[in-house]
Amino acid sequence: MNETAAHEFSIDALRSGDRAEFARLVDAYSAPIYRLGLKMLGNPQDAEDILQNTFLNALTHLADFEGRSSVATWLYRIASNEALMLIRRKKNVVNLDDFQPEDAEETPLPEVFVDWSAMPEDELLSGESKKALDLAVQKLPESLRMVFLLRDIEGISIRDTAEILNLTETNVKTRLLRARMFLREQLSAYYSERLAREEKTNDRSLS
Amino acid sequence: MTDHYHDNCQALLGSLSEYIDGELPADLCQEIEKHLEGCSNCRVVLNTTKRTIDLVQIPEEEEAIPEDVRERLFLRLNLDDYLHPEK
Ligand SMILES: [Zn+2]
Repeated sequence: MNETAAHEFSIDALRSGDRAEFARLVDAYSAPIYRLGLKMLGNPQDAEDILQNTFLNALTHLADFEGRSSVATWLYRIASNEALMLIRRKKNVVNLDDFQPEDAEETPLPEVFVDWSAMPEDELLSGESKKALDLAVQKLPESLRMVFLLRDIEGISIRDTAEILNLTETNVKTRLLRARMFLREQLSAYYSERLAREEKTNDRSLS
Repeated sequence: MTDHYHDNCQALLGSLSEYIDGELPADLCQEIEKHLEGCSNCRVVLNTTKRTIDLVQIPEEEEAIPEDVRERLFLRLNLDDYLHPEK
């Protein structure tokens, strides 16, 4: 899951303009950054823009990078900013606060209590189900989605996610829980409907 | 549904993420497990939340970026001489 954790890069080489080292850095992080853009914006063109802008930005600001955070955290921070800026531009949102969720609000309680967790893997991941899954992720509010992608898809720790997004660890935990509960609710609605449909078909074939 | 929602369930819900990630101290885990034994709703929420997290993990075959995206990126960064690393 956390394929990037093992990479080590020489900050000195990067800062002195070692292009081979920078190329290695690009190859190590382009996949997760492209994926983040794809899941945040929902289309390959925007994902590619975010990817290119992230590394162009990194190249420009390499000299200011002090190595207080890891290179990965620094890159993810640039990438998440690029993604959020693009979302704002597309939505024409001027007020940045519109992207701060009400952390004080309570997490909505679960409503669907159907246990679909034992459904066979091939049904849970059929083409149709995958679409429902993607759709559910796309429906997450941006601020929750970003936390969810970094933590659950990229496997980044709560601490590093907080550092990347400039949030407190408590904020990250709250948003992560909320994102997971939101997705659980969406998937539960979807799979319970599928289970009900299958039961109906089975009843009909028995009678 | 909400009148079936006990305070204990709400408390469990608040720690659900951390419980799943194995970040809770042992005594709290025990408390949660005790509640789970007697509460089927919370068991369903736990099982389906865990499964939800499993399902969104990216399969390995989807982990690379498309080759043309990589090529354009290297060109944009003037790194095209590193497109094919020698190994
Ligand atoms: Zn309960």
